[in-house]
Amino acid sequence: MTSSGTGAGVAGDWQTGSTGFGRSRLGGRWLFAGIASVLVAAVVGVATGPVSIPIWQVIVELADRLPIIDVDSSLSPADRAIVWDLRAPRVVLGLLVGALLAGSGAAYQGVFRNPLADPYLLGIAAGAGLGATIAIVARLRDAVGFMDPVPLAAFVGALLAVAAAGTLSSRRGSTGSSTTLILAGVAVANFFTAIQTFIQQQNSETLQQVFAWILGRLSTAGWGEVRLLTPYAVICIVGLLLSVGSLDVLAVGEEEATTLGLRPRTIRRLVLLAASLGAAAAVAVSGLIGFVGLVVPHAVRMVAGTSHRRVMPLSLLFGASFLALADVVARTVRAPAELPIGVITAFIGAPFFLLILRRQATS
Amino acid sequence: MRKLHLPLLAALVLAGCGGTQPSAAISGIPSTTEAVKQAPARIVSISTVATEILFAIGAGDQMVAVDSLSTFPAEAPVTDLSGFEPNIEAILGFQPDLVVLSYDPGDVMAGLEAAGVDSLLQGASMTIADTYVQILALGEITGRTAEAEALVDAMQAEIAELAASVVEPDEPLSYYHELDDTLYTVTSSTFIGEVYSLAGLVNAADPADAEGTSWGYPQLSAEYLLDADPDIIFLADTKCCGQTAATIAERPGWETLTAVSTGRIVELDDDVASRWGPRIVDFLRAIVAAVNSVD
Repeated sequence: MTSSGTGAGVAGDWQTGSTGFGRSRLGGRWLFAGIASVLVAAVVGVATGPVSIPIWQVIVELADRLPIIDVDSSLSPADRAIVWDLRAPRVVLGLLVGALLAGSGAAYQGVFRNPLADPYLLGIAAGAGLGATIAIVARLRDAVGFMDPVPLAAFVGALLAVAAAGTLSSRRGSTGSSTTLILAGVAVANFFTAIQTFIQQQNSETLQQVFAWILGRLSTAGWGEVRLLTPYAVICIVGLLLSVGSLDVLAVGEEEATTLGLRPRTIRRLVLLAASLGAAAAVAVSGLIGFVGLVVPHAVRMVAGTSHRRVMPLSLLFGASFLALADVVARTVRAPAELPIGVITAFIGAPFFLLILRRQATS
Repeated sequence: MRKLHLPLLAALVLAGCGGTQPSAAISGIPSTTEAVKQAPARIVSISTVATEILFAIGAGDQMVAVDSLSTFPAEAPVTDLSGFEPNIEAILGFQPDLVVLSYDPGDVMAGLEAAGVDSLLQGASMTIADTYVQILALGEITGRTAEAEALVDAMQAEIAELAASVVEPDEPLSYYHELDDTLYTVTSSTFIGEVYSLAGLVNAADPADAEGTSWGYPQLSAEYLLDADPDIIFLADTKCCGQTAATIAERPGWETLTAVSTGRIVELDDDVASRWGPRIVDFLRAIVAAVNSVD
């Protein structure tokens, strides 16, 4: 495996402004593979499920949904609903959530220069869990008739947790070291989890619903969730893609970055903001899905180099296709029963990751 | 790291809620071995079903405390006690002479035994016959054998009568029984499924757990449900998850379901439809009414 991301090379990248992909055929190939994997995941996703529907009918049905085009797929109303109301939003959601988790994971790892960082590092999972639990226990669903308030509450909780970690760590000394932030995140996460557990135990009649939320709702998601997620996804993805140059400089070292006229602290906060926004929104609509944010960026780094100009777009693309395909497995392997998608991401992700790790070590 | 444990916890919770413990957990033998024993006068029940049974056999006066979810019957002495995470010290605070539980997550029974208190573990029934065994065991231990036998006789008679009153359609009707809004459901291998079978209904979710690896409580695929198009939908998540005929009609694609378009959606009381106690009869009555109202 070729790894082009030495520190000096990365800094040179930033100075000359050349893109990570244009410089190397290898990078271009991986970008192409990433895009192809997303397309494959999308097609497989809408074409596969417990109910068998011929793929050409699926394609005709989807084409019919496009403006202007009016074709008849001769599907029954139920099959139509399966393709358009169940599978299509589930695929889109899987792609978006996967991209957001992997992209935020890459950003967190870059900012903290810590290979074990994942999107839940600063308490997003705990915050979202607390928000969702409060909303469920307070029976906000009954109070708010027109929409499901649980994802919103989870989102607010996740952002509050990150904000708390950020605020608490920034008051400690002016260096604002990333270790302080991580420790603050760990403390906040544990504190939020403690509150969540306490509230949950006080209201055991809603336990089942809380766990159902935590285990993920991709299996029952529709276009409503996609609409909810899209604005945050756009902000997060654009923010992350814009940050890759700065992340590469940060990777060299904070002093070097300062010498080059960057403000590491500000960059770090902005990148974390974009990443946290995306991860919080993803968790809010899909529950807690582990492993994607940790493994995908590492896998990408191992095969395509460590420059964030590559790692970020490839993490977004492969994260998307990985989660969408994992969801296909979740809904087919025990069909017509569902498996929690987190089981699949870990079950497929861990061996795959170890395989790459071994190949990397031997080459 | 916490998130890694959640599936396991959830499985435990589902076991507690849905009742996936094997009936082998019924151990009717109190831990002390005195030859002659007084009937217990200070019973603590941290099992919702045992609470219902104990009141139904007239042992209500012998009870001092029940867990926070034992809200039926209304006169049950509800306390903060948790059935999910039983706290031995809190239980002992009521100075019980018998503790009935449906779930022992740790060493609750051992702890009670160490404190010299009798306990009875009655896990979730897998069949209606299990329920009769549990009723008779509770009758025996509380000195109300006659009442327990009378209750079983009455239940059997009512169930037989209800089953006989079913107007059999030409083709058997299929059903879907919803446990929560992420489509957790039951198969006919559960006691819930057995009740539906008494009304001649066929379970649309049976293929989702054909091998029984989910203990009869699988999470059903939404698209499979749309394809299976069950004749009647029973909602046992009206209390837990606020689901109604109106909320499920708004779910993506569900407008194509026959049960939704014909209004064959039955909003059940979660507790009646999940507790394997005396109110199985009420559960069956609601099912039979739904079946007989189908044209």
